[in-house]
Amino acid sequence: MLYHFGKYLLFMSTLVVRGESPRILINRTIDEAILIGINSIMIVAIVSTFIGAVTCVQVSYNLTSALIPRSTIGFMVREMTILELAPTITSIVLAGKVGSSIAGGLGTMQITEQVDALEVMGINSASYLVLPKILASLLVFPMLVTLAMFLSIAGGYVAGTLTGALTAQEYITGIRDAFIPYNIVFALIKSVVFAFLISSLSSFRGYNTAGGALEVGAASTTAVTNSVIAVLIADYVCAELLL
Amino acid sequence: MIEIHNIHKTFGDKKVLDGVSGVFETGKTNLLLGASGTGKSVLLKCIVGLVKPDIGSVTFDGTYFTNNKLDIRQEIRRKIGMLFQSSALFDSMNVQENVEFPLKMLTPDMSKSERMDRVNFCLKRVGLEGSNKKMPSELSGGMKKRVGIARAIAPNCTYLFCDEPNSGLDPLTALKIDELIKEITEEYNITTIIVTHDMNSVIEIGDKIMFLYEGKKLWEGTRDEIMDTDIRELNEFIFANRLMRDAKKVEEEEREEHQENRESK
Repeated sequence: MLYHFGKYLLFMSTLVVRGESPRILINRTIDEAILIGINSIMIVAIVSTFIGAVTCVQVSYNLTSALIPRSTIGFMVREMTILELAPTITSIVLAGKVGSSIAGGLGTMQITEQVDALEVMGINSASYLVLPKILASLLVFPMLVTLAMFLSIAGGYVAGTLTGALTAQEYITGIRDAFIPYNIVFALIKSVVFAFLISSLSSFRGYNTAGGALEVGAASTTAVTNSVIAVLIADYVCAELLL
Repeated sequence: MIEIHNIHKTFGDKKVLDGVSGVFETGKTNLLLGASGTGKSVLLKCIVGLVKPDIGSVTFDGTYFTNNKLDIRQEIRRKIGMLFQSSALFDSMNVQENVEFPLKMLTPDMSKSERMDRVNFCLKRVGLEGSNKKMPSELSGGMKKRVGIARAIAPNCTYLFCDEPNSGLDPLTALKIDELIKEITEEYNITTIIVTHDMNSVIEIGDKIMFLYEGKKLWEGTRDEIMDTDIRELNEFIFANRLMRDAKKVEEEEREEHQENRESK
């Protein structure tokens, strides 16, 4: 465990030494951001919309007391979505999608000697391949989480009004009730932390792949598991420190 | 000229290289010959700096490489072109982008049109003009090797390293690749080191040969001298190679005969 952590820290330090020119770094980051962002929009949209819808239906199911106004459902959907579901669930989904893609891609490059080819040319392969992925994730994850927040609340609205759990007016009153803007900041900070953990851990696992196709698969699996665990731990730490 | 001195390398308990020294001359095709697992590829990786030797040093035209300052190592590495066993073309780039890549990275002052001229020149040199837009997955093994050579020579390399350039190729394509490497070596007067276990390559293009056995240099000489050697391990290697070639030849003849018989029926 400590050995791997040490290796991870050394790996991270190689990203910032002997880097390529800013122009190349910016171009590569934009390319990676497009790959990570555009390809993830659909899955984030589906997951977040349904999470919002399910949250609304289940809160409504549990809220049976006549003394509690129905607008509380909207309030709870908003709070759960912004504080926890959008950043964390979106990041866990992205750990599966983006994390495995990063680890698989780098692992394949490693076993097919493409990484060696970069090194022979005098290019810092870690910096060239990994740093843009991390920067792109830091850039794109907050955008995807913002999208997830919006769609999740919209999903709750659709589900709540279609099932007759509450009226549109009640839902809107609920989501506007006692709004704390800091919660949005908190969610975005979490998304940046998760983005860093997922992209760096997956890159670390992929970059250090040795062997053949079997090891690439194993690296992808390990990358996803490590990322998910790291996200959950970081989620708790962020909640303790920032709330 | 590349000089290696007393290279040792151990992986775990296994000693892969045991005090290998030698000189690889400019304008000649220098062959590292030996059976599988004798440390040829590891030696090549030690020379280019992909693997750090435990002991020993490598010198490129008088400039110390191993353990030297990062800047100096980088400067030398920018003069190196390498053809990998698997070709190591970048999957996400087409042929043109693969060849253009080292130019983009190593010569940022070069204009786009100059880069394209150089790419087209290199592709023409390896006989792949017009294949610019093909992806690596659309290329045959021989074509991949050619693109690998084009990418290696694109930035005007001074040193060319080839790790088993014939692996996975049919004898005719292998011969063409060998000839191409030799022509390029002589045309640009570069120092070329080729890792191989193929005696055909020795006969066709081996100007200078270093025979490795169990991590040690057992013999060094020219292709004219190799048949007269009294080193038992080298003779066994040559004999095994000849047997393999004969067996392949017989197999091919039988297949042709079988084919002819079927057609006549």
